[in-house]
Amino acid sequence: MSKRELTLEVMRYDPEQDTEPYFQSYSVPCEQDWAILDALNYVKEEIDTTLSYRWSCHMMVCGSCGMMVNGEPSLTCKTFVRDLPDHVRIEPLANMPIERDLVVVLDDPMEKMHRARPWIIRQDDPPPPDQEYVQSRAALFKFKQYTMCVNCMCCYSACPQYALDQNFIGPAALALAHRYNLDSRDQGKSQRLDILADYDGVWECSFVGACSEVCPKSVDPAAAIQQMKVDGAIEWWKQKLPGGKS
Amino acid sequence: MESIHADVIIVGAGGGGLRAAIAIAQSNPDLKVALISKVYPMRSHTCGAEGGAAGVKGADDSLELHFNDTVSGGDWLCDQDVVEYFVRQAPRELVQLEHWGCPWSREDDGSVAVRPFGGMKKKRTWYAADKSGFHILHTLFQTSMQFESIKRFDEFFALDLLHRDGTCRGVVAMEMRSGLFFKFQAPAVILATGGSGQVFPFTTNGAVKTGDGMAMAYRAGVPLKDMEFVQYHPTGLPGTGILLTEGCRGEGGILVNRHGYRYLQDYGMGPETPIGEPVLKTMELGPRDRLSQAFWHEQKAGNTVETPWGDCVMLDMRHLGEKKINERLPLVRELATYYVGHDPVSDPVPVRPVVHYMMGGIDANINGETPMPGLFALGETACSGLHGANRLGSNSLTELLVAGKRSAERAAEYAQQAGSGGESPAVDALAEDIVKGVRELLLQKGDESLSGLRREMRNALEEGAGIYRDEASTSAACDTVAELKQRYAAIEVHDKSNIFNTDLQQALELRNLLDVAETVAEGSLQRRESRGAHQRLDYTERDDEEFLKHTLAFRNPEGRPRLEWLDVTITRSKPGVRDYSGDKKS
Repeated sequence: MSKRELTLEVMRYDPEQDTEPYFQSYSVPCEQDWAILDALNYVKEEIDTTLSYRWSCHMMVCGSCGMMVNGEPSLTCKTFVRDLPDHVRIEPLANMPIERDLVVVLDDPMEKMHRARPWIIRQDDPPPPDQEYVQSRAALFKFKQYTMCVNCMCCYSACPQYALDQNFIGPAALALAHRYNLDSRDQGKSQRLDILADYDGVWECSFVGACSEVCPKSVDPAAAIQQMKVDGAIEWWKQKLPGGKS
Repeated sequence: MESIHADVIIVGAGGGGLRAAIAIAQSNPDLKVALISKVYPMRSHTCGAEGGAAGVKGADDSLELHFNDTVSGGDWLCDQDVVEYFVRQAPRELVQLEHWGCPWSREDDGSVAVRPFGGMKKKRTWYAADKSGFHILHTLFQTSMQFESIKRFDEFFALDLLHRDGTCRGVVAMEMRSGLFFKFQAPAVILATGGSGQVFPFTTNGAVKTGDGMAMAYRAGVPLKDMEFVQYHPTGLPGTGILLTEGCRGEGGILVNRHGYRYLQDYGMGPETPIGEPVLKTMELGPRDRLSQAFWHEQKAGNTVETPWGDCVMLDMRHLGEKKINERLPLVRELATYYVGHDPVSDPVPVRPVVHYMMGGIDANINGETPMPGLFALGETACSGLHGANRLGSNSLTELLVAGKRSAERAAEYAQQAGSGGESPAVDALAEDIVKGVRELLLQKGDESLSGLRREMRNALEEGAGIYRDEASTSAACDTVAELKQRYAAIEVHDKSNIFNTDLQQALELRNLLDVAETVAEGSLQRRESRGAHQRLDYTERDDEEFLKHTLAFRNPEGRPRLEWLDVTITRSKPGVRDYSGDKKS
């Protein structure tokens, strides 16, 4: 297979030594079928062992290798040399502090996932331990798309609202809450409402849809957020009506 | 060095570690669980499993049939008491996962769907399209978040075990973001760190699978069992080694050679079955060891297809149609299209065998107990005797659940009985030694390259411990690994930073890989028979007289590992013939 020389311009930053991030260039002889992650691995093995970045599965499911590729939040194992120009700029995901080189601090999105209460909440008892819930294919289809999130956090990186205000709970966490709200086995929607419908929640989203555009797994967080706005409004009115909670 | 105390330490937060953590949090909410993982839990390689998890479901199936398939699939090297326990617990664990929200695929009536899988006599593989491991992992991780007694230590890289007087006391780990060292202490430690496919050059395994738990146990004097049994999955994408699930064949995909011929019929898995009507335990639904061995013979005979990435056979799924492929195998379609440019809807996809799973691991029993009191191990990092000489596809995801729960219960019980043990100067000294070793590695000068040594190790194992082995090649692999361990003393870590130093991490991972590699090579050399995934060109038959035994590899600081042999537990199935000819021959 013919090789193609790519110039990778990679952001470097070691907080112990550097006052600010800078770019370092590497010339990489790439195979045509390589992903950008393969090019980074080439740098790490053959040129500069000090470069730090996260990766593991190389098959689009572990979500480790999200980075900015030519300004676009991308999974680097799913971004191919054949689709890129000869000069490629690689930066850590935007909107999150840089930990080192291409590694970002994930504390905030991780904490927000937790706030979504992403587990089955029941008011009634579940079926006995040897018996499944019955769930139709149509009921599965309703939330399946939102289970596909690999937590690469590309959506946080693309979100203009999160860029402005880090209190915003953000696309992946909202999609995750919506996933459980839509699951026919779950009865916890009202518990998630409190967390999500407040000032850090769905109302903050300006619906430009940047999160859905960059999502490498077609999860479409923007659609989840819109649906939740509708649900949130209904729930809010329900609680205001006589006999409601508040 | 900061000290952290817990009741139970779990190292590894993939499917097994998370299942164990949840089990303890539910049954003993007062026990403090420290869950240490070198990556965020959802990055663990459980996410790479595609096809599904086995557990008896249909009215036409039985525990006995699942037992029989597993034991014959393992070429009778399975410990049958473990298999009996496993098949009995499997269905309930899979339902439990359903209750926790796992998005299993469904039948028309809304019950969980099952699909056929290799070596299984009945349809019993529960699946979530072709991302079963991914969904199991995320379901467990998300479920675990509700328990306050589980304290996570994400991106903490475990270095070595703390032990005193032969009893496990904890583990030392390095926090990646700061480079600081932490001394974790607890009466019970569970290792759930996964396998070590990264000892081979071509593997489905993610970069994280470097045998860390196996190596830590081994260095602490705990033996590794049956390490010579390495599973090659028959259908990996060439070039990258990306897995294409056995579900491709379960749904009806066929394997053909360059002549368009379904060659498996020539290797004891015929007669040929009609295209699109897969017959259980026959042809493409034979076990993985047999299919990978058949490829080897086809390659020798010149029947494979030359591709830019080397010799392949073709996996043809076109007859399944776009609708079924999109519904059941969407990830496979995406992976094949992106990485080799073949859309399975319109083209056969080139595939070849690829290292996928270690049947061997830390010597453990049905309770996850290892020979070292206080140390437990489960999942791929352990060898409980469940899989024998060849694991059946979809038994390992279920194993994470069954063994995760069982080991956790036992570890919790043990922790309560044993108590904390208090502070110990001997343990502190050991912790200091471990840290000193890492600091020295960081400062040492030398002219060996880390990636160079790693490449040599991988090639040596592929040569000497691949699909087929012989005395000369395995012997050479043993020598090479021993030599590489010497040369490791001259590697240099160029990155001197404390912050997220992956150069240092990879150097420490290579040390783990080399420890694992020597046990794989030694076992391959000393097992002079052919059984399951271990095939010797110079000892072509199974030899129950001599070798119906597990190997136990003990670390020998003076040189190559010392091997002992351990009897296999047989309860009701005497060693017999593995038959994959459907019902036609029997």
